[in-house]
Amino acid sequence: MSAIGHLLGPIFIQRALLAGTAIALVSGLVGHFVILRAQVFAADALSHVAFTGAVAALAAGVDLRFGLFAATIAVGLLLGVLGGRSGPGSDDATTGVVFAWILGLGVFFLAYFTAHSSSGNGAAGVRVLFGSVFGLSAATVVLAVVVALAVVLALAIIARPLLFASLDPAVAAARGVPVRWLGTGFLALVGVTAAEASQAVGALLLFALVAAPPAAAQRLTSRPWPAFALSGGLAVVAIWLGVGASYAWDRLPPSFSITAVASLELLVATAWSLTGHRRAGQRRLTPSAGDSDRRSPRCG
Amino acid sequence: MTSHLSWNLVYDYRELLSFHFMLNAMRAGTIVAVVSGVAGYFMVLRRQAFAGHTLSVVGFPGAAGAFWLGANAAFGFYGFCVLAALIFATLPGAGRSAGRVGNQEPAVIGTVQGLALASGFLFLNLSHGFAGELNDLLFGVIIGVTDGQVIALLVSGVVCLLVLAAVARPLLFTSVDADVAAARGLHPRLLSAIYLVVLGVSVAATSQITGSLLVFALLVAPAATAVRLTARPALGVLLSVLIALAVTWLGEGIAFFSPYPIGFWVTTFAFLAFLLATGYHWAAARVRVPAAVTA
Repeated sequence: MSAIGHLLGPIFIQRALLAGTAIALVSGLVGHFVILRAQVFAADALSHVAFTGAVAALAAGVDLRFGLFAATIAVGLLLGVLGGRSGPGSDDATTGVVFAWILGLGVFFLAYFTAHSSSGNGAAGVRVLFGSVFGLSAATVVLAVVVALAVVLALAIIARPLLFASLDPAVAAARGVPVRWLGTGFLALVGVTAAEASQAVGALLLFALVAAPPAAAQRLTSRPWPAFALSGGLAVVAIWLGVGASYAWDRLPPSFSITAVASLELLVATAWSLTGHRRAGQRRLTPSAGDSDRRSPRCG
Repeated sequence: MTSHLSWNLVYDYRELLSFHFMLNAMRAGTIVAVVSGVAGYFMVLRRQAFAGHTLSVVGFPGAAGAFWLGANAAFGFYGFCVLAALIFATLPGAGRSAGRVGNQEPAVIGTVQGLALASGFLFLNLSHGFAGELNDLLFGVIIGVTDGQVIALLVSGVVCLLVLAAVARPLLFTSVDADVAAARGLHPRLLSAIYLVVLGVSVAATSQITGSLLVFALLVAPAATAVRLTARPALGVLLSVLIALAVTWLGEGIAFFSPYPIGFWVTTFAFLAFLLATGYHWAAARVRVPAAVTA
């Protein structure tokens, strides 16, 4: 233990890596379905809700994590119930209006907390928004790992029907898959993930882990299950490389380096798939008659 | 500087405008509300709320970077927002409505958003200016608007409105039905690019006043409210502008007399307007449906 501990650096780095791995795994796996279901905007909304929940808990004087999880799960369920009727990503304006207001509420709580607490100087708000993976307590690490295991387990249980319901909701419903319940439950899981990730990279940078690694994975393979696993793996890699980079250069905030690595993954994957795609296209050039016909229904 | 609200509203109004900074804030708010009302209407119609939100967030690293380098924050806002708009315009699937299953565009936009916010955080870290600047950039200040800024806002606002007026009809067409518009010889991708750049400029202008996190409220809420009240585009744009103006003036006025920031008031009033419109929409549908059934 001590040898490994020495290898991994001081205790705050070990905690960052342990909690970060759990958080990244969850974000990558959940993110795979977020991208598939075109619910990135809902995840965006939930990440802002995490901010409001956390500062509301601070203003009320209760545990910050309680506010985080309560707010994100509640809004996740609400989005699921409201939006489930007409399919994923249906009314983005409603989502936008609701979360813009929730963010305004967050500003109110932040101002209230800053005015009414002796030590408040806005730093707490900064920590919620941008995370502090190097400042995690042992209890936070344990909570992060436990929650991550629970979410991965729940996702593993619903993964197959959820994939079916994501790719073809109508047929899935006809085959008896409870499409609406799955969608609502999934958004609650996204809420938990947003709360979880906001402790590591901050509420605002959630996208680094929920959007970039899954999108990169889906560019590398079109088969859903390998992409699912790869997405979790790429997110974990982003955390490890990001934490390492910030440990090496202490002027880089870890939230930035994690986000930068994740974005780089997407960039490299896009470049790889573009060159691969072009080669495939050249090979397909000879029987090109059906090519444009095949593409039009997907775009239109 | 703390003023108290008396029940004599005329007196309150005079006191409000007796401060030059407040007069400037009102002028700036008026320009911003008009531009956001118009640009936001198309954003809601084109279902580009996510792109709009990301553009509004992208101003933050621009301003933070300018702050770090000691440059004028306005350059950062405009530069980054327009750059991001151009990036979005080149994405496959741009010019078509988002929210389709399997569309990869939102994932890229989300990544840009995450990276933008993280870069903003990095720039502020590097410049050692901290919580104060951060909160101002994210949540806005109304006491810092200078005369020069008001003029710059006016210029960029007028340019945005002129461009939107020039492309309004074809843009409306492609927003409603991109495929038919393309078949009729319009260029949905080009129009989408023009629109995104205009949106980027107007968002950059707005976020200097309201802060990066709250521009979006002014873009989306009045427009979404207007869409619920009428299906006619011209009336919808007008309503959207009027609601944005009312919300901004009310928010600025009350923020002046209260200890809480402008962002909270503006978003709250905007949300209230949206709730009222949604209630009206719902009630109108309930009343109309039985009548249609009996007839």
